[in-house]
Amino acid sequence: MIKRFKQLTLATSVAVACFAAAVPAAQAAEEQFFPILSYRVGPYGANGASLFGGFIDYLNYVNMKGGVNGVMMTWEECETEYNNAKGVECYERLKSKAAKAPGPLHPLSTGISYALVDKTAADKLPLVMMGYGLTAAVDGSVFPWAFPLVTTYQMQASAIIKFLKDKNGGSLAGKKIVYLYHDSAYGKEPIVALEAESKLGKFELIEIPVPHPGNEQGAQWQRIRQEKPDYVIMWGWGVMNMTAIKTAQKMGFPREKMIGSWWAGSEEDTVPAGDAAKGYMSATMNVAGKNVPLIADIEKTVYGAGKGNLKDTSKLGSVLYNRGVATAIVSVEAIRTAQAKFGKGKAMTGEQVRWGLENLNLTEARLKELGATGLLPEVKTSCSNHEGSGKVKMQQWDGTKWVALTDWIEGNKALIHPLFQAEAAKYAKEKGITPRDCSKEK
Amino acid sequence: MIYRETGQFKTSYAADQQIFPIRQDRIGIGILLALAFVVVPLTAGNYWFNAILIPFLIFSLAALGLNILTGYAGQLSLGSAAFMAVGAYAAYNFQVRIEGMPVLLSFILAGLTAAGVGILFGLPSLRIKGFYLAVATLAAQFFIVWCLTKFPYLSNNSASGVISVPNVEILGFTFDTPQSRYLLVLTIVALLALAAKNMVRSTTGRAWMAVRDMDVAAEVIGIRLMRTKLLAFAVSSFYCGVAGALYAFCYLGSVEPDGFSLDLSFKILFMIIVGGVGSILGSFLGAAFILLVPIFLDIVLPWLSALLHLPFDGATVSHIQLMVFGALIMFFLIVEPHGLARLWQIGKEKLRLWPFPH
Repeated sequence: MIKRFKQLTLATSVAVACFAAAVPAAQAAEEQFFPILSYRVGPYGANGASLFGGFIDYLNYVNMKGGVNGVMMTWEECETEYNNAKGVECYERLKSKAAKAPGPLHPLSTGISYALVDKTAADKLPLVMMGYGLTAAVDGSVFPWAFPLVTTYQMQASAIIKFLKDKNGGSLAGKKIVYLYHDSAYGKEPIVALEAESKLGKFELIEIPVPHPGNEQGAQWQRIRQEKPDYVIMWGWGVMNMTAIKTAQKMGFPREKMIGSWWAGSEEDTVPAGDAAKGYMSATMNVAGKNVPLIADIEKTVYGAGKGNLKDTSKLGSVLYNRGVATAIVSVEAIRTAQAKFGKGKAMTGEQVRWGLENLNLTEARLKELGATGLLPEVKTSCSNHEGSGKVKMQQWDGTKWVALTDWIEGNKALIHPLFQAEAAKYAKEKGITPRDCSKEK
Repeated sequence: MIYRETGQFKTSYAADQQIFPIRQDRIGIGILLALAFVVVPLTAGNYWFNAILIPFLIFSLAALGLNILTGYAGQLSLGSAAFMAVGAYAAYNFQVRIEGMPVLLSFILAGLTAAGVGILFGLPSLRIKGFYLAVATLAAQFFIVWCLTKFPYLSNNSASGVISVPNVEILGFTFDTPQSRYLLVLTIVALLALAAKNMVRSTTGRAWMAVRDMDVAAEVIGIRLMRTKLLAFAVSSFYCGVAGALYAFCYLGSVEPDGFSLDLSFKILFMIIVGGVGSILGSFLGAAFILLVPIFLDIVLPWLSALLHLPFDGATVSHIQLMVFGALIMFFLIVEPHGLARLWQIGKEKLRLWPFPH
């Protein structure tokens, strides 16, 4: 039975492989293959659909504009359902196709990225965790193949504190802040940063975990009501955010004093919460809306040609959609950067794309050229800094849309970055890695 | 005809008591082992090792553990994933905290730690049975995951609670290729499966089955209930613990407590139900079914929809996959409620009579 079954699977996969191999053979152009580990079903399916929709739309857009110096973007999706083991299976399935000319891999799941950090390094396939994942990878000397690009949880937490400080005349001393978090790797990452900030800023920090998936928060909010905090910083994802906002309303906690992380600040969180969400704030690493010229152009070009990836086009210009586009921009720009050094019009190898990611320089001028002014902050990476920016904006939900409140705010780098280095050094010791000497990198 | 045993006479107790008394079975197992140890490592690709064979073997081991407890000793449990978590975290801690700790020893210690925890959560089994016990082991599931999240010490103070395991190195050889990891896992699983097969044939196994079938009668004939039940919990948790350690060290490389959720426990339970409760072979068949069918559908469905020009996108395919998978489970259980192992057994019996059935 089992042998038969294996044969059958083998035979089918061979057939599938032949079928898939026959398709690209028709086109002779150079291609860059993106393995996409996406999720459109499961507990976070709605979030995944918006983000990967934006990602794929931008790749399509680049192709319609002639690719990167003529190199076309290709991709294949594999459904992970936000499940670590499935993510690993998908990765193994797609990696052989990506062996020659991979686009950066974006798992959009902290758990999956953790599981893939070592594997991608061994397979020489760059892993980008834009705004999530293993944040210690900011230290590129220990993690040459992993990039927590644009900004990390710790820097975001620090930026939120800075924002609150500015709001309170420059000091949070004596204030009480509740940190309400999804009790997983994602929610725990910023705790070290917040604790460091609380020591520095002399405010009281109360940590309240919410178990996965977070659709019941009565006990947590009861506690918040007793503590009467000045602010609640919330690190949620998926259904937890909506529940928190609604429960806050029920308990009479003002939403104007709630600040979410960037994964707790999208239309997927506020629209289902209805009225309760009005006034709720969140951090974000990209602006929402179609005011960005690039987003408008994608709508015109890609959707005009009927090649759009979103089924629900009302999601166009939503926070997560725009983040998907931003994610694709840094990936494509890394390939462009690599081509500038290793040969224009050629498909880049994993090694070359990795170099591109490590030498990214997305200036304001370049963003303007792309039509993406304000869509994401400037990004400049190096061997010792795989984050490249560390800036976030604050936005507020006005009942119908997200409104940006501030300009880009940078977290306290001097406080936070040493934390990454300490964590990376510990990782290197556990794994027996000898860090690269970043001063010797070109 | 293939399974006709004519002429296979046993003339000694040893011959009569061997694991596979029928020659065809011995040959079959020999071929299977030769395939697994020699042919597969030479021919299979990385995808097969990393995404299919290694997880299949690891989950077979976990299912084996649960099968010993539920299938043979009759104690329902919903805590298998938690015991796997104990194994994974214990192996990690032994490895990180004790300088120069051999990996294999830390796997064994991880199994023993899990066995200890298993005994602790097995204690209620002395008073309660059946569904009530299942709920008591559910407590293990929640408590252990909570515990691993709550105490940063257990994850070596990692900021995120996620552990990332060190390299597997035995006697100076680093197991870093998919082949070598597969062989390591295969060896451990084969040895433990052999041990399990022998255990259930021995006095211990008979005591388990007596307790399963009627514990009052078992007690009357002199089987010590407490010892037998707790032993079943210990052995079962040992297997799950080793499976958890392998899951962390040889498959994912990094695990978080949430990865060992109730879902995973259910998955392992489904494996033994679909595979066959109270059967060693069933653990393997069930693990194969639960793990491989979704992957198989995942590969075949998009291809099929492209071939038939159906407008399916990724999300639809994965919904269809869930439906087909669920329907298949129901189909199998209706056709054969005792699982795939029983189907195999019926097949064998039919082959003995073939071509002249009754």
